[in-house]
Amino acid sequence: MTSSTIRPASDYPPGGDAFRHRHLTGIAQLTPWEISYVLDAAEEWVEMNRAGAAKHDDKLAGLTIINAFFENSTRTLLSFEIAGKRLGADVVNMHAAQSSVKKGETLIDTAMTLNAMRADAIVIRHASSGAVQLIADKVDCPVLNAGDGRHEHPTQALLDALTIRRRKGKVEGLTIAICGDVLHSRVARSNILALTLLGNEVRVVAPPTLIPPAIDRMHVRVFTDMDEGLNDADVVMMLRLQNERMDGAYLPSAREYHALYGLTPKRLERAKPDAIVMHPGPMNRGVEIDSSVADHPTRSTITEQVEMGVAVRMACLDILTRRKRGVPGWN
Amino acid sequence: MELTPLLIANARLLGGETVGLLVVDGRIAALNPAETPGSTETVDAKGQWLAPGIIDLGVFATDKPAFHFGGITRAALMPDSGPLDGAGLVERAAKGGKPDLWVHPLAAATKGLAGQELAEIGLMKQAGARAVATGRARIADAGVMRRVLSYAASLGLTVIVHAEDEGLTAGTVATDGEMATRLGLASAPAVAEAMAIARDLFLVEETGAPIHFRQVTTARGLDLVRAAKARGVPVTCGITPAHLFLSDTAIGDFRTFARLSPPLRSEDDRHACLAAIADGTIDVLASGHDPRGPEDKRLPFAEAQPGMAGAETLLAMGLQLVRDGHIAPTRLFDLLAANPARLLGLDAGRIEAGLDADVILIDEGTPWQVDAKKMAAYAGNTPFDGMPVQGRATALWKGGQRIR
Repeated sequence: MTSSTIRPASDYPPGGDAFRHRHLTGIAQLTPWEISYVLDAAEEWVEMNRAGAAKHDDKLAGLTIINAFFENSTRTLLSFEIAGKRLGADVVNMHAAQSSVKKGETLIDTAMTLNAMRADAIVIRHASSGAVQLIADKVDCPVLNAGDGRHEHPTQALLDALTIRRRKGKVEGLTIAICGDVLHSRVARSNILALTLLGNEVRVVAPPTLIPPAIDRMHVRVFTDMDEGLNDADVVMMLRLQNERMDGAYLPSAREYHALYGLTPKRLERAKPDAIVMHPGPMNRGVEIDSSVADHPTRSTITEQVEMGVAVRMACLDILTRRKRGVPGWN
Repeated sequence: MELTPLLIANARLLGGETVGLLVVDGRIAALNPAETPGSTETVDAKGQWLAPGIIDLGVFATDKPAFHFGGITRAALMPDSGPLDGAGLVERAAKGGKPDLWVHPLAAATKGLAGQELAEIGLMKQAGARAVATGRARIADAGVMRRVLSYAASLGLTVIVHAEDEGLTAGTVATDGEMATRLGLASAPAVAEAMAIARDLFLVEETGAPIHFRQVTTARGLDLVRAAKARGVPVTCGITPAHLFLSDTAIGDFRTFARLSPPLRSEDDRHACLAAIADGTIDVLASGHDPRGPEDKRLPFAEAQPGMAGAETLLAMGLQLVRDGHIAPTRLFDLLAANPARLLGLDAGRIEAGLDADVILIDEGTPWQVDAKKMAAYAGNTPFDGMPVQGRATALWKGGQRIR
């Protein structure tokens, strides 16, 4: 089923016209066919990653990729690092905790420093919305957004779309419920953009204190009742609830959140019988999701999402460095 | 220094009738004088507009080149830098611009602008303070605010306040709406302004003390002011051109030059502001001049400081209101000069015999383009960067002395 969803190359404009961006700062800049193009490219990397012991390609040999993470991350950083290394690039990680950012250096100065080191691609995570765009405007190499504030996390949305497409055979015409802390979530924003763009019915399900203002203007339906929001959904996408939201400011307690919005086996029955359950991780088991749901052998896609993450990031690194590598048609 | 008598001839008074203006000893001697002293120097205005120098109510820096470019002869300085909470600081600030720019310091309402203890408002008045201000934020404690209002009123001073409810706006950098949500910026509902105005209006009705809301930028806030004025409450309010010409779409792409306080509002609120400037609800048009360099602005949006360098664009944007048919030229100079003067208790802001000759000539048609990189201000953080505008001050006299 999976490989049949790959479109033939002739479906896309030739060369660089298939993906007309220097950077990947957000889903907001992409067209539906550009999203499909990345997903199709990622499928090939899925095959290679699964093929055997030798998961290596030398496409990006000699290129330097800097992962500049100004906010703590384990899995996204690891995923980008593995993606870069599997493509043969030299990957360097910069952690904010060890960097001069803590000594008062401005973000622009840090960006100029990275630029002067002649990186061939920079992957950035930052706690402030718009920080990645700010850096992208100042450096000469492609910049990939690995999450900026509450704004966007485009590779997460792409890997989620790929996971859905592989499980459902398509990623259009589906009913997808995004549940949890939508207000503070860049994962939610990027997924809303990508999934509505691809032609799905997207719902957001959250307590009223965690729904962003005017979110209906992003073409989603809003539910504050979890059971209603899950009705007949094809995909249930859970969001992580940050611990600091549970202290009374936004929610009374973790216990109450679980009672009203936790994904239990019983609640999941409201969705379609073959509905899949997604989570970007790391999970708060027993808060937003029950272990029996998270570990469900057929419905949970949580580990598959991690696998798709590596493939999607390989595809993005490959595509965005093609100009630099002089790939014919990309200039 | 002896000043030569000056005749500004062939000028159109506020864009209307052609007049000659005689200035003797730094004061306006006569409009259309029958005769002039023998030594009079004549300046031919060649049909340009003659207007009073702008009195900019509520600036955050004494930025002379920008003020002179913008036709501003007097500026009321907000107390935030310092803060201006003592007589010595006020006295020094008042001398800061003389002779070519007069700075009228606004006294901090509370010590350190902390919103808790009354500052020495009386001593600051003696040192030259012309009004009292709460600074960039309001006074959160209603009890303190009530005491500030009645105390300042007993000294004949108006209290100039910022109107945003701090509970709703804490940690936010934008107004609730599609733009803030798409950009992932923490936002507050526009009603945060009306809530602050409502509280203060109740206190004003209670104490009878005059108040001026430095910026009212929402439909509901303006409705409250309009209704209070109709009841005879001693309230006035102001605005800057940013909220008249820009809505929150201007923060797209995380443009930190459009990060303002209060934040830019919805398009509906912007239209309400235009209606309020046309119907007389708004009394003052000011620049909110707050030049900020890259260390404050070349940052991620939420980490950047709010504020705009507005002095150079104030007049051009005001003339745009005239061209767009919202207001007449005479009303524009009430907003820019006469009303701010009255609020500060200054005998200025009008073209009238006996007053200081603070006057400007305006070429109201000259097109130019706002360019953040070529501003006279010491920083170019203008949300109007790149915008084509029309009209600028071509000459400026302060107390009869030609500055430009």
